[in-house]
Amino acid sequence: MPDVGSSVAGSSPALELRKISKTYGAVAANRDVSLKVERQSIHALVGENGAGKSTLMKIAYGNARADAGEVWIKGERIARHSVSQSIARGIGMVHQHFMLVGTLTVVENVVLGQEPRWAGLVDLPRAASEIRALSQKFGLDVDPDVRVEDLSVGQQQRVEIVKVLWRGCDVVILDEPTAVLTPAEVRDLFTVLRGLVTDGMTVVLITHKLDEVLAVATRVTVMRRGERVAEYAIQGLTAETIVHAMVGRPVQQHLDKQPASFGEPMLEVRDLHVTGARGIPAVRGVDLVVRAGEILGIAGVEGNGQTELVEAIVGLRSVDRGAVSIAGKPITFEPVAHRYRAGLGHVPEDRHDRALVLDYSIQDNLILGQQRDFVGSFDILDRARVREHADRLIREFDIRPPDPSHLVSGMSGGNQQKLVVARELSRRALSVLICAQPTRGVDIGAIEAIHRRMIEARDRGMAVLLLSAELGELRSLSDRLAVLYKGQIVATLDQDQLLADDVLDKVGAMMTGAWNRDAGGGTKDARR
Amino acid sequence: MKREALTIGFAVLVAALAGSVLIWSIGQSPLEVYGLLLERTWGSSYGIGQVLFKTTPLILTGLAVSVAFKVGLFNIGAEGQLAAGSFVTAICGATLPESLPGPIAVALCVLAGMLAGAGLAGLAGVLKTRYGAHEVINTIMLNFIISAVLLWAGNAQFFVHYTTHTRTISDNASLHDLGITGSAANTSLLLALGLAAAVAYFFSRTRRGFEWRAVGHNPRAAQNGGVQLAGVVIGAMATSGSLAGAVGANYVLGYKHYYEQGIGSGDGFMGIAVALLGRNHPAGIVVAALLMGTLSHGGLGVADLVPKELVKILQAIIILTVAGAAAYRGRAVKNAKAAGPVKRLHDPDAERDAAEREHG
Repeated sequence: MPDVGSSVAGSSPALELRKISKTYGAVAANRDVSLKVERQSIHALVGENGAGKSTLMKIAYGNARADAGEVWIKGERIARHSVSQSIARGIGMVHQHFMLVGTLTVVENVVLGQEPRWAGLVDLPRAASEIRALSQKFGLDVDPDVRVEDLSVGQQQRVEIVKVLWRGCDVVILDEPTAVLTPAEVRDLFTVLRGLVTDGMTVVLITHKLDEVLAVATRVTVMRRGERVAEYAIQGLTAETIVHAMVGRPVQQHLDKQPASFGEPMLEVRDLHVTGARGIPAVRGVDLVVRAGEILGIAGVEGNGQTELVEAIVGLRSVDRGAVSIAGKPITFEPVAHRYRAGLGHVPEDRHDRALVLDYSIQDNLILGQQRDFVGSFDILDRARVREHADRLIREFDIRPPDPSHLVSGMSGGNQQKLVVARELSRRALSVLICAQPTRGVDIGAIEAIHRRMIEARDRGMAVLLLSAELGELRSLSDRLAVLYKGQIVATLDQDQLLADDVLDKVGAMMTGAWNRDAGGGTKDARR
Repeated sequence: MKREALTIGFAVLVAALAGSVLIWSIGQSPLEVYGLLLERTWGSSYGIGQVLFKTTPLILTGLAVSVAFKVGLFNIGAEGQLAAGSFVTAICGATLPESLPGPIAVALCVLAGMLAGAGLAGLAGVLKTRYGAHEVINTIMLNFIISAVLLWAGNAQFFVHYTTHTRTISDNASLHDLGITGSAANTSLLLALGLAAAVAYFFSRTRRGFEWRAVGHNPRAAQNGGVQLAGVVIGAMATSGSLAGAVGANYVLGYKHYYEQGIGSGDGFMGIAVALLGRNHPAGIVVAALLMGTLSHGGLGVADLVPKELVKILQAIIILTVAGAAAYRGRAVKNAKAAGPVKRLHDPDAERDAAEREHG
């Protein structure tokens, strides 16, 4: 066997993984996965949630150790390496959740842990000028002297990239980098990534968004259930091929949806003002109406008042001013339980935070919020009916595992979310359904099922309020779409406007406040 | 359940071994000391009776702490709540007319004590929900306050002159002893066992128990499920306090027949250990209370061979071992959950997903 390490080091792959296997407990997260990332390429790693992408990259980065297999960096085999060894060899990673200290400046964040010294002091000016140079070279537009908490999410991400570059890395792994970005920011990021590659660097992109893969990657590796199932060059590749490989079967990409037939207003919000968690006004005068039989989508970058709007409607947060009514019944000051009785249903934005008791069984979670409907005499839970209810919903919604006494903590994210959707749709008096990020962190199969259920609910005459960070989801589900920016609805698009080709760019611009609404972006009033 | 029993067994073993070293180091024979400890407790009917007498209040305070734990609250004020309960029980027993039928008199006295405990702990709950003051601070401060208040009230009004105890309760309010030769064990043990069963039933079967447990696991999800958190916090604290307040049945109605300054002191704090050892489950709490009751009484039995602190050291080692095992198992459980569904259900998707969540 030739000595790969020294003889052909110049042309060897930037990163190579050979037959990597990794199990967590009894779970095989990676099974015999091999991956070759050529130098100066943008290599995408795609797969559904839980396909093992992140685990694989953690092993490459030295964050996790493989049970079997080899990691080669630039033609050199690295055994039992740590993160700092990876960085020393030029491998850097930008995590999905940024590792930044908000109260420190950009330059302080970048040097943290590897401070340049001058006469025993941290030489920040030198680092700052280095950062400026990097920023200019790669078009990152990062000012080293501002505080990180004052930056937008997109800018913070570029700080993370600078961090990696400043440490001298030439292989950059990005984990779901676009999850938090607006369409315009995504395009900027891609420009940066292409610039890096032109300059001799290598990029590994973990994602599950196929349009991004097609737009920016040069090669793509598809993972499914811990295994590498396919690898393609991007040229001539279609999204369908990738999806097929990802889920192992063709998936209906477009939803069958009949035009909405509107009924009476079911959810009415008038001039709503709500204070957010830090005492700052979060919702500032929102008016909206959702009629029976329609889905009103709310688009917006996270943190523009969505959470507070929903919490105020559900009764989890007090209202400063304004009114909310359900099916004509004012509920602005009613306790949560009364709102459910009036016809509300709520799929919370974070299922682990607000929707589920992870240590409860499937059947107990399926009655959470409806427990009063399942009591016999003396306030005692009617276990037989609870069980029956669970059996029925498990069957109807294909919740797995199909065992009512199974703990929810042991379920996949997709099945947990199906459980929440099933529960909310099973409410007796349901007439208004609020779905916040209903498919976040959910695999494609479950997304399809949840979308179908939402449209079914609409067709049965429910008023559905949908809040989502996925513009594609909003576009395909919404009958009308309102854009929330800094706690106000800045525009509302109707069905026809939603069909326009450039609508997503337009909505994306509105979400960042960059759109001049007088220039024809729809009406400000989401009432109709 | 079986694993819990094993943990406690293991903890007892560890404590016994460590204790052996201590006993040996002060020149005594561990076998002799342990032999005597067992003989003085479970070796005679009097011993058994005394163990049961010591166990009864520990069941109640253990339950009290566990009810709060279940809803995610830490009541370390059982000490003060049981004092207040015992005091009120005694006053009630001394004030009720002699003509009242026994069962009614007893019921009224116990209820009054439970109400006193409930009021005190409920106050801590109100302070928490209204002003955001943490219940640990509230309950421990209330311990000091109530202790001072009782002493003041007793001296000013209720204590028999030149003593620190109240008047004797009337005969009809007294509880029968269990008829175990000369021991103080009395029928309040049955009350404690009944309350343990009631707590178990409440949490496993009733709608309210369902909601309370949900609050303990994930208050934000419970709130979203229509549960009013403030109500649950106050209700759970009050329930917790009422269980501690029932301790007066054992010491006042069943044994001393009056309230005495310092009665039952220490049992409230021991209740925390009992709840921990019993893993917050009523059946476990009964077993843990028995264990601690045995050690408490056994400590008296071996006092002429070893210092009485030995038993405290043994109790502490048992608690530490169980707490350590719980923390260790908490990690193991987390790992097992990640791998959970695979073995049982062959749903590789769920497993992998869980693994990624856990580690990625």
